[in-house]
This record gives sequence, C-alpha cells and structure tokens, in this order.
Amino acid sequence: MTASLVFTPLLLTLKVAVLATLGALVLGVTTAYLVGRERFPARPLADALATLPMVLPPTVLGYYMLVLFGRQGILGRLLIDVFGLTLLFTWQGAVVASCIVAFPLVFTTARAAFDSVDPNLVNAARTLGATRLSLFCRVVLPLAWRGILAGAMLAFARAMGEFGATLMIAGNIPGKTQTLSLAVYDAVMAGRDEQAAILVAVVSAASLSILMFSGTLLRPAR
Amino acid sequence: MNVRVDIEAVMRAKGRSFHLRASFESEANAVVLFGPSGSGKTLTLQAIAGLMRPTGGRIQLGGRTLFDSRAGADLSPRERGLGYLFQDYALFPHMTVAENVGFALNPGWPGRLDAASRQGVRDMLENFGIGHLADERPARLSGGQRQRAALARAMMARPQALLLDEPFSALDPLLRVRMRRELADTLERFGIPALLITHDPDDVAAFAKTLVVYHQGQVVEQLELGDEDERKRRLPEVIALLESLDGC
Repeated sequence: MTASLVFTPLLLTLKVAVLATLGALVLGVTTAYLVGRERFPARPLADALATLPMVLPPTVLGYYMLVLFGRQGILGRLLIDVFGLTLLFTWQGAVVASCIVAFPLVFTTARAAFDSVDPNLVNAARTLGATRLSLFCRVVLPLAWRGILAGAMLAFARAMGEFGATLMIAGNIPGKTQTLSLAVYDAVMAGRDEQAAILVAVVSAASLSILMFSGTLLRPAR
Repeated sequence: MNVRVDIEAVMRAKGRSFHLRASFESEANAVVLFGPSGSGKTLTLQAIAGLMRPTGGRIQLGGRTLFDSRAGADLSPRERGLGYLFQDYALFPHMTVAENVGFALNPGWPGRLDAASRQGVRDMLENFGIGHLADERPARLSGGQRQRAALARAMMARPQALLLDEPFSALDPLLRVRMRRELADTLERFGIPALLITHDPDDVAAFAKTLVVYHQGQVVEQLELGDEDERKRRLPEVIALLESLDGC
C-alpha cells in the first residue's frame, strides 16, 4: 500500500477544512453579531435559519446545493459566467459544502459569546465616543474571542468529517474531491481493510484532539 | 447648567411592561434623582446619555437639544459628549487602567495614542491618585480604586456634564463616606455639572442642589435644596418626605 493512499486524501481534507472553516468563521461571526445586536420581529426566524444546516440531513443540504449551484441553478450560472467556476465535481464544491455544514457551529457559539458580553461595557464604550467599528474590534470581539475560537475548532472538526453534502455536490473522485471520510467509505467498500483502518485512526485522532482543545477554550477561565 | 427633561418611555420585557413618565427642569449644577430601585431613575439617565431611546418627549442640556421626538432630533451618545459613571463602573476588563482611560482620548479603531495623549492619560491618573496602578487590570483594583479609574476615564473625554448611576452602592459603608467627599472635590475641581442617581439620603445631603424624587416611573416631587448649609438644615424634612413615599 502506498503512502499516497492516505496522504492524498489527508492533504485534500486539510485544505478543504481550513478554507471551509475560514469561510464559516467570517460568515458565522458576522451573522451572529448582526442578528444579536438588534431586536427585530424576524429574529427567531433568523436564528432558526442560521442553525438549520446543523440539524438537516446532509443529503438535504446537498440537494439544495445542487438546485442552487447546479448548471441550471441561479448561483451556479453566476459562478460560471463571472469566475468560470463550477462547484460540481470540484474541490471548491467540497469547500462550500463543508462551509455550509460548519457554519451553524460558529454561529451558535459566537451568538452565545456575544450575548455574554456585559451590555454596560458596550454602553460605556458608546458614551466614551466609540464608533461601531471600534465597539466591535476593541470591546466586543476581545471579550468574546474564546467562545468564537472554540466554535471555529468545532467547525473545523465538522468540516473535516463532512460526507453527505460533499458526496452529492463534489462527488468521490480520488485525488480530486475524495476527502478522508469519502476515502474511508471507498476503502471499506473495496475491501481495502488495512487502508480503511489507517484512515479511520487518522480521522479519529485528529477529531479527538480538536474536541479536547476546544473544550479547554470553552471552559470558563476565571 | 440648565437641564430640561420631559420624556415618556414604555419598556416591555417578558410580558411585563414599565411606563416611565419623567419631567423636571433645573438650573442647578448638581441634580440628584432619588427613588427606590425600579422607579425609572436609571432609564432617565440612559435616555439623557443616548443609550435608551424614549418613546417620546424632549431632552435639553446646557441649551442643546439632545433628543426631541417631534423635531426628529436624536443625537448619538458620541455627539452628546456626556460622561457616564456606571453603577459597577464598567471598566473594560481586558484593558489596563491606562488603556481604559486612554480609550476616552481615542475611542476609534485601532485607537493608537500619540506621546502627548499618553502623557495626558498619566496626568489624569496622577490627578486621581492612581498613577501607580496604570498597568494593572481592573480586576486587581479595590472598589475605591475602580471608582477613581472610572471617573478618570469619564473625565478624560472632557464631557459637558457627568451622569452618575448610584456611584457609591458598590462600596462598603466606610469607604462610601470617603469616596463621597472625593467625588464632591472632583466635581468642584473640574467645575463640571452632575446628575446623580441614588437611594441613599446621605447622597442627597452631600450633592442635591436640586432633588428630583421618583416613584413608580413618575417624578412625584422636586425640591430646590440650595447650598450645603441649607441642605443640612432641611434634611429632616426631606427624609420625612422620602419615608412617606416608601410607605405608599
């Protein structure tokens, strides 16, 4: 058995998971801040919609993505016209799938982290003349970063293990879109037991260490 | 300094609603809002600072209109230029004392301070006797030191007036006496008008040139108590009034 059978999917998985986590981080933190800042009538709906990808079956998400990003989909056509890019059967598709699945983990932890910031500290900054940007960058974010970082770790772990939505939009092409979790499935189905065992060990170890680290971040420090 | 407040606000939370209907006017440079907790004092102070938007009415301070629902005027807290001392002092826990005070000089992002500003912060800290605590985090300060730091931060922004929300309630009684004297000194030294919230008659005796009495979201009484001698003379009368309100 050659090393590339493990390393090729491992490197691809890391690339996909890192990019997906960065995307989920930016989108999740922004959405959580905007939704949490003001009380508006549709807030419960916004909260539920942003958390939805966490509870929907990945195949349902994959279906939505095919409809939106397929060759006939609105966003799919836009991507081809503007960037000459398609998400179907490409690693970029795997990134978007993982990003959508990981998004709620960042959103919910960031939302809780922002909520836990003492409103009087925000008020104090406002009476001292803080602008919206400095309010966020100098007061809210420094007080909420632990929770957000823990959410990002969970998102990374989730993105690494993404299977269903990725399979539907990016397929299972070795060396191109075959991530670790897809490679495990492939190896088991083809009876390559030794490869499957190694892949499973790698995924388990990585996920375990991420969970332990994010656990220490979420535990209150004081 | 002239202060005119005539506001109405309805707050709803968890099925309960609170109706604030506050109206008073004063020329005094020290106004005390007195009343039991939950009578609408803090909401009034927040409305003056621009932290809470009243349902309707008008707020004027020193000839400036800060809020006028009919004219559609509503200045941001930043534009109002008022200092606010919070009940728990609301020092930023992730910044040192010097960074807290420096925030008032450059509240933007990233908020770097030039050499002159840093010197200004050091001078202000010395002014409040906490120069040696410049690099400490607020968590390591005592109650009195926290109040000095919060006052230094509020004064650093050169506010037109100071709003103080129960400034001594977080302190133990012995310290309270000392900090009350310190605050009186500070107000005089900076010559700054102050609006102070309390439910402690000792604060009334120490500060109230004008006393505004709150009860259940309404201003029920306003007394002009004048200077310190007159306040001390009339204190029994004031206490009798406040006690009669407690009963109703």
